[in-house]
Amino acid sequence: MAPRKKSGSIVDQIRGEASSVETKVNRGAKPAMKFPIRSLQNVKYDPKKGFFEMRGRKKERTLTVNTVKTFAQTLRMMSLSKELVETDDIATKREAYYVSKNWEEARFKEQPESDTVMDDVEALFGVNREQLGFIPEEKGGDVAGQLVVIDNDPSTGRPLRIDCTKFGSGAYSIPISVEQLKFETKAKFILVIETAGMFQRLVKHSYWKSANCILISMGGVPTRACRRFIRRLSDDKRIPVYVFVDGDPYGISNIYRTLKVGSGSAAHLNEFFCVPKARFLGITPQDIVDYELPTHPMKEVDIKRAKDALKNDPFFLHHKAWQTAVRQLLKMGVRAEQQALAKHGLNYVIEEYLPNKLANTKAFLP
Amino acid sequence: MKKGRASRNRGGTAQAELFGEETSSEMAEQKTKGASKTSKLKVTKKNRTPSPQKPRSRGGAHKVAKQREISVSEFFAKNRHLLGFDNPSKALLTTVKEAVDNSLDACDEAGITPVVHVAITQTQDDRYLVSVQDNGPGITPKEIPRIFGSLLYGSKFHRLRQSRGQQGIGISAAGMYGQLTTGKPMTVVSRVKRKKAHRFSIMLDTNTNLPVIKSDEEVEWDSKHGTCVELELEANYKSGRHSVDDYLWQIALANPHVEIHYTPPKGDARTIPRATKVLPAEAKEIKPHPRGVELGHLMKMLKDTRARNLSAFLQTEFSRVSGKVAREILAKTKLSEKTSPARAHRDAAESLYKAIQSTKIMNPATNCLSPIGDDQLIASLMERHDADFCAAITRPTAVYRGNPFLIEAAIAYGGKSFNADEPIKLYRLANRVPLMYQKMACAISKSVIDVAWRNYLVQQSRGAMPVAPMAVLVHIASVWVPFTSESKEAIASYPEITKEVKLAVQECGRKVATHIRRGRRLADQEKKKSYIEKYIPHIGIALQEILDLTDAKRTKTENNLKDILEKSRKL
Repeated sequence: MAPRKKSGSIVDQIRGEASSVETKVNRGAKPAMKFPIRSLQNVKYDPKKGFFEMRGRKKERTLTVNTVKTFAQTLRMMSLSKELVETDDIATKREAYYVSKNWEEARFKEQPESDTVMDDVEALFGVNREQLGFIPEEKGGDVAGQLVVIDNDPSTGRPLRIDCTKFGSGAYSIPISVEQLKFETKAKFILVIETAGMFQRLVKHSYWKSANCILISMGGVPTRACRRFIRRLSDDKRIPVYVFVDGDPYGISNIYRTLKVGSGSAAHLNEFFCVPKARFLGITPQDIVDYELPTHPMKEVDIKRAKDALKNDPFFLHHKAWQTAVRQLLKMGVRAEQQALAKHGLNYVIEEYLPNKLANTKAFLP
Repeated sequence: MKKGRASRNRGGTAQAELFGEETSSEMAEQKTKGASKTSKLKVTKKNRTPSPQKPRSRGGAHKVAKQREISVSEFFAKNRHLLGFDNPSKALLTTVKEAVDNSLDACDEAGITPVVHVAITQTQDDRYLVSVQDNGPGITPKEIPRIFGSLLYGSKFHRLRQSRGQQGIGISAAGMYGQLTTGKPMTVVSRVKRKKAHRFSIMLDTNTNLPVIKSDEEVEWDSKHGTCVELELEANYKSGRHSVDDYLWQIALANPHVEIHYTPPKGDARTIPRATKVLPAEAKEIKPHPRGVELGHLMKMLKDTRARNLSAFLQTEFSRVSGKVAREILAKTKLSEKTSPARAHRDAAESLYKAIQSTKIMNPATNCLSPIGDDQLIASLMERHDADFCAAITRPTAVYRGNPFLIEAAIAYGGKSFNADEPIKLYRLANRVPLMYQKMACAISKSVIDVAWRNYLVQQSRGAMPVAPMAVLVHIASVWVPFTSESKEAIASYPEITKEVKLAVQECGRKVATHIRRGRRLADQEKKKSYIEKYIPHIGIALQEILDLTDAKRTKTENNLKDILEKSRKL
């Protein structure tokens, strides 16, 4: 996966950090660790590079009475990671949370607490959590269509050809680690879909066959594995990526933006976990008007999200077209789901909408 | 509703007094106010319309109904709810309350530290025998029958000074109620110092409002002085809120110098010890303040005075009127200083009344009030509660409509007596008597709700009692407490009163907030200290695991870290 930014093995890095803490303490000084700030405020967007890049601002967590608990937890998490790496074992995020239950007072109450500490450690060393021995629980995403994935058989190590046209009404699941995969395809484009429901419809009617494409379902905000899979596939085979999500601020600014340029909270990894090539097929705010889609009023949280994107998100700040689109959505004050197209007939999306849109891919939003 | 004992006694029939006073009811006594108005209504009608309560004569519709005078006893026998006898359980509470209030007033006047014995025993299903005994000065045998056997007979009606009871209805009304429901007389044993004790058996003739002495005998009594009242009545005993138990407990709270021995009908006898030996300061009697007098009363005073001219009248009959002030008042009228009060007609009285309202007159004297006192309040609250903290405040005397009054407030906070997620306990006291009913109609409750408790770190939802482990006590002392009704259950919301209550409670609230803040700070420090002890070992473990430290090195690192953090915490 992502290559290390710092030199030396992970174990060396962990040891180095711990040793600097220990030295400081025994010199009578307060130890401190420097973490990159994991937020949108600390990323910049360079369209030439195509992803959110960390600005390099860091926060220093000095060991004080107030931070002693997190400090202890961070160190224990690092110790767990070292053990995993040394024994070539892995732990899911959930398992790591349960391991902490053995830490008495330093245990985590809920998993989000342990995930945050894990993300901090990850950012501290500028690595992917898999390199620390931690793996996510989440499913990567589903694939169907004109694609053969070449994986290795885990028991024999021999190459394994997986034909994604042969899953019938089911689909191929993207594995958690995708670095070893190779691809064979003649597809013209990749269609990335937000909801499993829409994916099911397209699979059921073998849309991939008629459109000669690969269908990928993200199931909400794409996981790192899903992002990396799409990125590798599109880079290797030089095929375009079109994204089809709900016409609401969540679909636009959370799902699409994260897929295309990465997230603010794991900015050190965005370089590898993003798909700069991705283009926005729909549903655009203009689609709501053009296709007379049924809508729901935007919720408070939608409005806040859209305003926040216009104000703070470097991606939207860079693209005028997106600003216009989001402002249009805000002005209409409504949102429309992918499946709203069913108003015109269940297969309207296959027969009319997608062909119409794909006829003019240049008009897709960046 | 008191009868004074071994104290002065103004003659005349109670009824005459009552109606003589009716225009001045405001100046005089609170409970009579409502009662006298009602009575007046009946009586003034007597020569015009038949009383609806009297049977008509038999002569048929053409004949005019027979007119009859109504005795005050008859009136109250029919309107017993006016006096707090609306239902059996309230009747029991009212009886005990009247007897205990009398005992405490008698002791306070005589400067005796009160010891009161209350015993209630069940005689039949719905009958109870109430016995209240005190160590007061006792009552002379000559006075006993009228005090206990006739309504509106007493010593406190005509004077302006703070006392629990006022118009002399209470205990005789209880006797009357007992007599109505059980047919039995009331027994009174009383002994004045160095005299023999007398035992009276008294009934009340409701037609004449005069006592009927069933028996009177000299008896041996082991107390040197004191009074014991015993009567049987139809009643119902219950515990909890509005119970006799609760009332006695609150009486002890309001009167920390009182010792109460209580034998309930069920359960063990108990003693509520005194929280202080300090007796309350004696409340002085004052003359009315000019601002507090209404026109009708002013006219009566003009008629009754012995003063020979208006200037002297103003100076001798009122408080806070000097020669200079009298001149100022009279200058605003067309009256001469030398005019004889007896000759001042209605118009003159009215111009005098108006002149009084527009003249600047010093506030009434305050020695007519006897507050419980900060120290006493704190001692009392702490004695009756297991609380962590207590604050009390006595406000300076204020005036509403010419009547001096004074607000005291106290708050007890924390400790085992209170529940953190329940509304606060509110004690409302008026002239040292707990108010048991009509909580939400009372100016005290309204003012307490009105305080922005969140400023004092106490939870409160809008328009509701705050929720905290806390008791709030508010006492209003006044020569005339303005009750909303004759049943003396809630205080009227005069702006001057609500303002004073709020100020007093807020001042206590500030002290409580300081206490809460201090507690939080200590807890916070404690928590931080425990943080160090809890988490440093984990830093040690992690460092040892990562760096393969020896145990000794680990301990050393942990100790160094502890030192660093302890030092920085103190700075």
